[in-house]
Amino acid sequence: MTLLWLILIPFIGGLLCWQAERFGSMPPRWIALGTMLIELLITLGLWFQGEYHLANAGTASEALRWSMEWRVPWIPRFGIDVHLALDGLSLVLIALTGFLGMLAVLCSWNEIVKRVGFFHLNLLWILGGVVGVFLAIDLFLFFFFWEMMLVPMYFLIALWGHSGSEGRTRIRAATKFFIYTQASGLLMLVSILGLVFVHHANTGEYSFDYATLMQTSLSESTAMWLMLGFFVAFAVKLPVVPVHGWLPDAHAQAPTAGSVDLAGILLKTAAYGMLRFALPLFPEASQAFAPVAMTLGVIGIFYGAILACGQQDMKRLIAYTSIAHMGFVLIGIYAGTELALQGVVVMMVAHAFSAAGLFILSGQLYERLNTRDMRQMGGLWGRLGSLPGFSLCFVAASLGMPGTANFLGEFLILFGSFPVAPGFVVVASFGFVLAAVYSLLLMQRVYFGPAQGEGVFADLDRREYLMMLSLVGLVLLFGLYPQPLLDTTGAAMGEVQRLFGVVSQSTTLLLTGAP
Amino acid sequence: MTLTATQLLALMPLILVCATAIGVMLAIAWRRHHTGIATFTAAGLNLALLALIGVWFMAPLTTPLLAIDGLALFSAALILVAALACTTLAHAYLAHYGGPREEFYLLLLCATAGGLVLSASTHLATLFFGLELVSMPLYGMLAYTYRERRSLEAGVKYLVLSAAATAFLLFGMALLFAETGHLDFAGLVSGLGDDVGVWGLAGAAMMLIGLGFKLSVVPFHMWTPDVYEGGPGPAATFLATASKVAVFTVLLRLVMASPAFQASALHEVLAVLAVLTMLVGNLLAVTQSNLKRLLGYSSIAHFGYLLTALVIGDGLSVEATGVYLVTYMLTTLGAFGVVTLISSPYGGSDAAALHHYRGLFWRRPYLTAVLTITMLSMAGIPFTAGFIGKFYIVALGVEAGRWWLVGAVIAGSAIGLFYYLRVMVTLYLAEAGMQRRDAPEDWAVQAGGLMVLVVAVLVIVLGIYPAPMIDGVRVVSAMMLG
Repeated sequence: MTLLWLILIPFIGGLLCWQAERFGSMPPRWIALGTMLIELLITLGLWFQGEYHLANAGTASEALRWSMEWRVPWIPRFGIDVHLALDGLSLVLIALTGFLGMLAVLCSWNEIVKRVGFFHLNLLWILGGVVGVFLAIDLFLFFFFWEMMLVPMYFLIALWGHSGSEGRTRIRAATKFFIYTQASGLLMLVSILGLVFVHHANTGEYSFDYATLMQTSLSESTAMWLMLGFFVAFAVKLPVVPVHGWLPDAHAQAPTAGSVDLAGILLKTAAYGMLRFALPLFPEASQAFAPVAMTLGVIGIFYGAILACGQQDMKRLIAYTSIAHMGFVLIGIYAGTELALQGVVVMMVAHAFSAAGLFILSGQLYERLNTRDMRQMGGLWGRLGSLPGFSLCFVAASLGMPGTANFLGEFLILFGSFPVAPGFVVVASFGFVLAAVYSLLLMQRVYFGPAQGEGVFADLDRREYLMMLSLVGLVLLFGLYPQPLLDTTGAAMGEVQRLFGVVSQSTTLLLTGAP
Repeated sequence: MTLTATQLLALMPLILVCATAIGVMLAIAWRRHHTGIATFTAAGLNLALLALIGVWFMAPLTTPLLAIDGLALFSAALILVAALACTTLAHAYLAHYGGPREEFYLLLLCATAGGLVLSASTHLATLFFGLELVSMPLYGMLAYTYRERRSLEAGVKYLVLSAAATAFLLFGMALLFAETGHLDFAGLVSGLGDDVGVWGLAGAAMMLIGLGFKLSVVPFHMWTPDVYEGGPGPAATFLATASKVAVFTVLLRLVMASPAFQASALHEVLAVLAVLTMLVGNLLAVTQSNLKRLLGYSSIAHFGYLLTALVIGDGLSVEATGVYLVTYMLTTLGAFGVVTLISSPYGGSDAAALHHYRGLFWRRPYLTAVLTITMLSMAGIPFTAGFIGKFYIVALGVEAGRWWLVGAVIAGSAIGLFYYLRVMVTLYLAEAGMQRRDAPEDWAVQAGGLMVLVVAVLVIVLGIYPAPMIDGVRVVSAMMLG
């Protein structure tokens, strides 16, 4: 029941925000903040109470181990249930959703002044949909939430976004985002249905249940086609390079809160989908497909990094760095060793913090300078109070400086992937050089060089300071002491690794802290 | 063969509708009273709906010309609900119309009766009779506000093209009769046997053309946007819902029953038509800036999706058709209902240009919510009934392994999103200082407004909890397949 409440709370909070607008523009903000705080507290409560590292790869060979589970029939005709379940991976990602949700509310405190209630309705409904995605293990329900969260995101970009240069209006960006993700989502629906009907042909009963469908025996070519359906849907959302076209536009045009949600959480739903569904449901096909996926990952790393160097718009630059970072995630997922998968989790969390930090910073710059064009910036160090200092922290995190969580994620991914795919790792490592280039370019263009004007802008106020400080704190915390994170997701990742069927690396013992 | 009392009872809904029509005619002759006539019509339709429940327990029954089986009752229920919705809309729409207002209900009732006959017909004679009884009053309804050039144009256009389609239909019937010597479906089936032959095939194809015209299947779709745009709101609503449901039901009956329609050549043609209809309908809708035209093209695309069910034509397809028709009808009623309410009371041509709807959210939040829900439902987004419908169509295609059809459905939906989103976002944009039309202040407490709200709630509820709808449709399809 707690799991259902985790999904319902944001939806109900959103409706309250909408109705609270009649009392002024402040109540919706406070309600939204409170809603996300409750969400975060419940998740943290679950974290401290529950046991998430009990089921380890060896012992959980028969049934899947969920820490919590909730199930009621929904559409009996097709064997569809409302089936929610929680394990370490979903727990971490939901906690992340709650935290970034609070940040999204906070960073739009001054930015959004029009239709505040409706804005928060959309914001909270996105978060509700995302939580649903992280909890659903009935494939129909998963698809339901997967598609549903697009609608409020569309509104967020289309109604509160910024219109960039001509031909790049916010509505266009929003539509592009929607069509990309929805059309690829339908491919996933076809794959889901294909899987269900194969299962039906084998056993004579309909089921959309994760554990049941996992047992389905598929012919090699069928498995490959079905896996591709899932992969395309997740690849669009991640994004993987040939299908990334929506991302820079959506990021550049979205309001700050929208960018934070997109980069911090929505991209993670794709990685989550791969870990939870694409790999375990089609292990052999995924194994066969792994070289292609890793190649795409490597291409993404370089493509994202090179294009990031050429951007003038600050948010577009950060968007392209996301593509590069997600390239690492893709490599880690398809390497499939436990170490690499652990790295993927750390990387997802770290990227959520650093990208959210950078997007919030560019939002704050925009509030002060009214531009995101880096050609009109320069020489801002010393004129913005403590803002440049925080920028330096996040830029350092983004380029993977040791001590930050990003470094740890990238390191684990590359280290874990090396035994499986040394070639890819060697090539991908050069991505770090480019990461340093674009990160320093960002610092240089915005904060150093000749100043474009006189005078000092407003320093960060308490709200902004608090947001930045908490993000920096978390980046450093997980960079220096990632063990709690690794412990929590260890069992879930071990399960994925076991299903994916790669020989476990002996080094994992070292990291998961098992005796 | 004489009618027995049971058979007469089974025809009660139809008889009630006809009686209401006669009653309305007499009442108009006695004294004109707009609200009174509308109430009387609604009461008659409601009685017919109640009678349906009674008939349900007697079904399935066959009379010489009509079959009162699950499918007939199901589509009768849909047609009656659509007619009721149109009555409420017409009442709001015609409230300040200068000319005679009451005759609209007369036409509406006649067309409803035609729809009931058509969907229950098991004989080519009743098929033809029903089809004409739907179409004839529709000419009048579409041209009802005949001082508007567009309304008149819509009526005349529909009349002329419909007549041409009817000629095809009759020719096809004649060929089938010449081949078999039968006019009833069962006789046709036995007469044609397994080997259909050239004339049987030609006859079936010509009938398909005639019915395809009514369903605006590409390439017989040209009339749809013009007629939707020109016709008054309630008439267009009826055309888009009740009339299409009735025609599709009879087409389903024909295809399921008769081997001539299951010949593989015809089947492939149907498949090609389905793909074309989806793609053309969606592509042409993209550039529209008139909401009613856009809805016209979108309904073309929706019938493309529905044709998939006919092409596949196995166990799941009756169920899929049923579910899709329910979701399509609810959604269309909602969308046209909002357009009609915005154009109410009658004041010249309907408010259908997209810019009329700019910023509607900030004036009429609930009405906008209804239109948003219907647009999402048409696009097939989860949490709306439309998603369940699309789920069925995709499931059907995947189960049968018709990958081309599935691909076309996906491509069609992706294109469709583009224009549904465009409509949706227009509603929420900041208001521009343009000339605008608006629903009356008290729209929500009037019958039409209530109808629209109920429809929107149903779309959401069936989207979240579709089990009752699915169970209902399964009972119907089980009854039909025996």
